[in-house]
Amino acid sequence: MAKRYRSSQLIVFIQFLPNTTVWHMVCLRLANKEMFTNEGELMEAVALKDRENQIFVKGDKPFDIVCNKDSLAGAVSQRACVFCGSRVVLYPIADAIHLVHGPIGCAVYTWDIRGALSSGPELHRLSFSTDLQETDVIFGGEKKLAAALRELIARHSPKAAFVYSTCIVGIIGDDLDAVCKKASEECGIPVIPVKSEGFKGNKRAGYKAACDALFRLIGTGDTSKISQYSLNILGDFNLAGELWTIRDYYKRMGVEVVANITGDGRVADIQKAHGAALNVVQCSGSTMELANMMEEKYGIPSLRVSYLGIEDMAEALYDIARFFKDPEIMERTKKLVEEEVKKLAVDLEPYRKAMAGKKAAIYVGGSFKAFSLVKSLRLLDMQVALVGSQTGTKDDYAELEAIVDPGTVIIDDANPLELINILKQKKVDVFIGGVKERPIAYKLGIGFCDHNHERKEALAGFEGMLNFAKEVHASVMSPVWQFVPRNNSAKPSC
Amino acid sequence: MSKNPPTFSKPKKPNYLSTTNACKLCKPLGACLAFKGIEGAVPYLHGSQGCATYMRRYIISHYNEPIDIASSSLSEKHAVYGGGPNLKLGLTNVAEKYRPEIIGIATTCLTETIGDDVGMYLHQFAENTKGSVGLPTFVNVSTPSYGGTHMEGFHAAIREVVAQLSEGGPRNDTVNILPGFVSSADYRLLHEILGDFGLDYTLLPDLSETMDGPALLEYEEIQSGGTPIEKIKAMGRAKATIECGGTLGAMKSGGDVLREKFSVPQSQIGMPIGIRETDIFFNLLEELSGRPTPEKYVKQRGRLIDAYVDGHKYISGKRAVIYGEEDLVVGMASFLTEIGIHPVLCASGGTSGKLKKAIAAVTGDTLAEQPQVFEDVDFYDINEMAEQLEIDLVVGHSKGFPLAKKLNIPLIRVGFPIHDRVGGQRILHLGYAGAQQLFDTVTNRLIEKKQNDSPVGYFYM
Repeated sequence: MAKRYRSSQLIVFIQFLPNTTVWHMVCLRLANKEMFTNEGELMEAVALKDRENQIFVKGDKPFDIVCNKDSLAGAVSQRACVFCGSRVVLYPIADAIHLVHGPIGCAVYTWDIRGALSSGPELHRLSFSTDLQETDVIFGGEKKLAAALRELIARHSPKAAFVYSTCIVGIIGDDLDAVCKKASEECGIPVIPVKSEGFKGNKRAGYKAACDALFRLIGTGDTSKISQYSLNILGDFNLAGELWTIRDYYKRMGVEVVANITGDGRVADIQKAHGAALNVVQCSGSTMELANMMEEKYGIPSLRVSYLGIEDMAEALYDIARFFKDPEIMERTKKLVEEEVKKLAVDLEPYRKAMAGKKAAIYVGGSFKAFSLVKSLRLLDMQVALVGSQTGTKDDYAELEAIVDPGTVIIDDANPLELINILKQKKVDVFIGGVKERPIAYKLGIGFCDHNHERKEALAGFEGMLNFAKEVHASVMSPVWQFVPRNNSAKPSC
Repeated sequence: MSKNPPTFSKPKKPNYLSTTNACKLCKPLGACLAFKGIEGAVPYLHGSQGCATYMRRYIISHYNEPIDIASSSLSEKHAVYGGGPNLKLGLTNVAEKYRPEIIGIATTCLTETIGDDVGMYLHQFAENTKGSVGLPTFVNVSTPSYGGTHMEGFHAAIREVVAQLSEGGPRNDTVNILPGFVSSADYRLLHEILGDFGLDYTLLPDLSETMDGPALLEYEEIQSGGTPIEKIKAMGRAKATIECGGTLGAMKSGGDVLREKFSVPQSQIGMPIGIRETDIFFNLLEELSGRPTPEKYVKQRGRLIDAYVDGHKYISGKRAVIYGEEDLVVGMASFLTEIGIHPVLCASGGTSGKLKKAIAAVTGDTLAEQPQVFEDVDFYDINEMAEQLEIDLVVGHSKGFPLAKKLNIPLIRVGFPIHDRVGGQRILHLGYAGAQQLFDTVTNRLIEKKQNDSPVGYFYM
């Protein structure tokens, strides 16, 4: 086999860049990455210098991590862009058209990308683009956008249209607000610009742009028939029908759901979301901003929850029951949790027994999810060696640090080589992440569980915990690992 | 027997401006895939972070293999003041972490629109790093995504690799093969065929190993395989170039560059899909090698004809829609036509202007009624037309699944991307071996459909 690129040739080159801030000498280490023995050495071998402060190993040092900054050039970040942040949040609104104003790439790479289900219309599964061409870039894309809106609205009769701006629109300066306003007046539906130029920040900025867009819809619907025991579900995207599970719990508790924001989302529901008594926010990185705006304008308080894992799921339901201060709701909630947990405890046992002691790594988009995953894995008596996210905040990471075991690596905005080196060093059995993390795990010969937005298995709610255990088990306990070279180095391996 | 299908003389473009469910990808993705077929290469996108990540995700879902694409990760201030410093920083970081032999840099719509001159930045970078040891080679290509498709990006990258790296000199006995974008299994098959002809050859690009590697003990930061740079350098001295692709558009191709710059004789042929197009390829190889086709392939061809005969009645007169990259559509149209299936609709998101003529060239002798051919269409158009054409078969990549499901007919998965099955990179399309696999697949899927639909449920077909 060819190993020529791992040769121990010493490469030294001096970089004189015209921009003084990045003048520096780079001396490449003769890093034999198998040999480091302590955490300090791990760090040195793993990270590019400019990223060392974005990796923290829980140990004697006080917690500190740098995060929420632009990805480092050339680091092969696992993050996408502002547009991605907006697109993933708004995507599941199923009776709106989502028109991507830009060249074809941004639209085509996000076509039917999520496992977000709809109980009715499925406009969200279509990929609409203005498909800008060179002449549009030169002369402006406003006319094309206006025409595209007209024809798409006529063709599909949506309840609203979201228009996403992409990098190029930010450069050529199309006036999205004006075009959308005009189209809205002409067509009689809300046409909402989403300011998601890819380069204007990172994925978090895209979440913010999506929240701004949603906020423009909210407050325009009739709220007269909404119960005092009511809530909006924020930050659940109905992957594999998860939101339906959660809605069922609320129904059993006797609480009305006003709007799903945005899983199985409907424009009319979102328009009256300001009539709910409470905002229940999952995936807080993406939609907490919206909850805050709603609290400020409409006085709706919010609860931050997670529907992943037994502990957090039960805690979420109890928090909500406590909020409504209604003994009957609390009674029903207790009954619900008891029923679900009793059943689950029995079902989970064989999985726990089989996987106890196995080591997991977590790298996900939002850090709040990572928090629940750590607890879920612990419930299965598994260990967590690495936990990281694309968009965590310092507070998120501090909370994570508080619950993980010493020696656990916490990482912000990681890249393939860092992940690979840590996974190898930590001898991990299963990696929990998204599609971009999957080949990393598999090439290293370790198991994988898809916990990203493309998943087709419902992992939220009580039954979701069982599915999660099954998913992890299906990979970790597969007999195929006996053949991979890392477990079978005696045999020839190419 | 003609079913008198409605004809669609006017494509929708004059009427519809927007695109729904595009039947194309953007240029930089094609460029990244081309670069990934060079030994020791890391593809690099000069643009904002999202492009690289989206494309990685898209490519991973087809290949199930790592593909690291670096990015300049430009932010707002770079869009205003220029992306040069970030490009250099990014290249430095990639060089440090990956130690590549070559970094292939493709631009994006952002950097093209702000007017970044990557060539000039690379020149400055080279000046400033003069005397350094171990620097990678750089190749850059301009791939604004507001025009063309991923195939233009792919071919442009190959052209720039050749234009920037190949050198002239005394002729050698090598043959250059530029097969275009095919599966990893196809690239492996080409190696086998060329090797069996005893040819000294350079296959560019070569995704046979880089995007379909074995399980290894040691993770490779850059996956082994790909066309070695030394061989690319020598391409200017080769005795001939075989270039697959009859719709290479108005743009200059790698083969064109080798012919114009180094006078390397160039043969442009269609993708060798099906017997007739493969025969053309093998005839060329016989000519260039001075050897007859090896016995192995004579037998393969004979078995293939035998299989065509055995299976022809199950598929005779069936009607298919084909979509995807233009050259693949032409190849599949040729194959389906020669086995007795009527391609009634051939569609692509590409805009070479050559698709109709190329299809007529491979179907004309056999088909009484020419297929309807459309460039620059999306899946909204394709589905709308296909639903009125009484078709039996959908042929193309995974994105035709909704159509096949709606019509309850088989989807024959070919090309890229295959996002809903494993092993997309192992689908064989080329040569007699590829035709054999395609024929068995097509025939069996049609038999399966008949069997499933039958209330009797025959054991023998």
